[in-house]
Amino acid sequence: MLCQRCKKNTATVHLTDIVKNEKRERHLCEKCAAEEGVTVKQQVPINELLANFVMEQSGARELAKLTCPECGTSFLEFRNSGLLGCPSDYDAFAKALVPLLERAHEGASQHKGKSPTRGGADREKQRQMTALQRQLAEAVEKEDYELAADLRDRIKALEP
Amino acid sequence: MSKIDELARKTGEWLRGGGPLSEVVISTRIRLARNLAGFPFLSRCTEQQRNDVQKLLKEQIERLDLGQELFYVDIDQADELDRLVLMERQLISRQHAEGEGSRGVGISVSETIALMVNEEDHLRIQVLRSGLGLPETWDEIDRIDDMLGASLEYAYHQRYGYLTACPTNVGTGIRVSVMLHLPALKFTGQLDQVFQAARDMRLAVRGLYGEGTEAVGDFYQLSNQTTLGKSEGQIISEFEQILPKVIDYEKQARQALLRDKLTSLDDKIWRAYGMLQYARSVSSEETLFLLSHLRMGVNLGRIDQLSLKTVNELMLSTQPGHLQKLRGERLAGEQRDAIRAEYIRQRLHGPSEN
Repeated sequence: MLCQRCKKNTATVHLTDIVKNEKRERHLCEKCAAEEGVTVKQQVPINELLANFVMEQSGARELAKLTCPECGTSFLEFRNSGLLGCPSDYDAFAKALVPLLERAHEGASQHKGKSPTRGGADREKQRQMTALQRQLAEAVEKEDYELAADLRDRIKALEP
Repeated sequence: MSKIDELARKTGEWLRGGGPLSEVVISTRIRLARNLAGFPFLSRCTEQQRNDVQKLLKEQIERLDLGQELFYVDIDQADELDRLVLMERQLISRQHAEGEGSRGVGISVSETIALMVNEEDHLRIQVLRSGLGLPETWDEIDRIDDMLGASLEYAYHQRYGYLTACPTNVGTGIRVSVMLHLPALKFTGQLDQVFQAARDMRLAVRGLYGEGTEAVGDFYQLSNQTTLGKSEGQIISEFEQILPKVIDYEKQARQALLRDKLTSLDDKIWRAYGMLQYARSVSSEETLFLLSHLRMGVNLGRIDQLSLKTVNELMLSTQPGHLQKLRGERLAGEQRDAIRAEYIRQRLHGPSEN
């Protein structure tokens, strides 16, 4: 749908207004909407941010090959969905993520603020847990219940 | 009667209408995103893992000592109407209502606390209050987060903070949203000032029901976009800088309308009142639009036949989910508009109104 005002751009802002009993629907592009003072620029959707970012990167091909060793999510999958697969992705994709985080968070990539009461989860333990959970899911799928039981015990032992 | 049936008969915390500066600030809400260490994020969870996450979180949620009763709703087993009612009350997100797979929400009876399980992240904690109250809302959510954090292992990274499925929430995982009623700024065409100020502070402006919804009835939500690199306190203090200005703009605009445009202001208010009193068919958007004018009229003392409580109650009870719940039946769109009009007429002409 085209913007009703400039008739050039795609309408992304949809408004319902009622003037003198008449319901009026207006469809504007972001620029015209901003000019009429009805909206602000929305947060850039993560997918768009990602697409632009990857295109700009010279090493885009290298980045596309990144895959998380824990959960198997590839950077491309993340790029398409905007969602990461597991906590380890943050390290696996660090090279690509840091510039992205900086763009989304006013230049920051270092957390400030509270941390978990328990002093932060031990990352190595976190990794082990994720790996074991994954193996367990596979074992259950293959109906290898002996292995599953063993894995379940190991997970239990790691649990707080 | 189920818990949700009971809820549907009340006004709900965010529309209670009380609280500081409630003539402009409808509600203050803070949400924290958390994930459990040792599980993949939800998009990578198997069905079994998803169930395990919910089981684990539900157990901890039910064990919380919040000083008030809490009940848990399995959203995937709840019927469509119940999910809609919870969404209209801002206790779950649209995504949660319409999603798939095992998921749920723990709700405190006062509706100030809602804990969503398996939405985009494993856990989303929400605290909601009527009117403006950022420090109190933060203190409460901080306390709940600490209580849960004492028995759960959250996914946390020394550098990136609390890890979330979407990197736009990473770090503090905090989303502060303040819902404002800005009819006078809309009327006088000065909303762009507010939006400009919000943009400068990197705050997003959204409609009543959050992400992707249009602004209906002059209700706007301001929320932070940056979650990494600023502490929760910093993010809250940025709101505390901008909000008094916005509230002040709106109040000045209201005074200017009273001073210079009294006739057209009154016309707007009374026209809305007349429409609601006599209409035979009205959509929920038009209702919100008209109630927005009534709300302004009540707040400015231009209409005394009506209380703010009634306006707030109508804002919620005329939403599609609530209307159908109160009628105890499902209604098709057109029929719904007629029933809505009838319900409003009764409410505005009925004996409870003075």
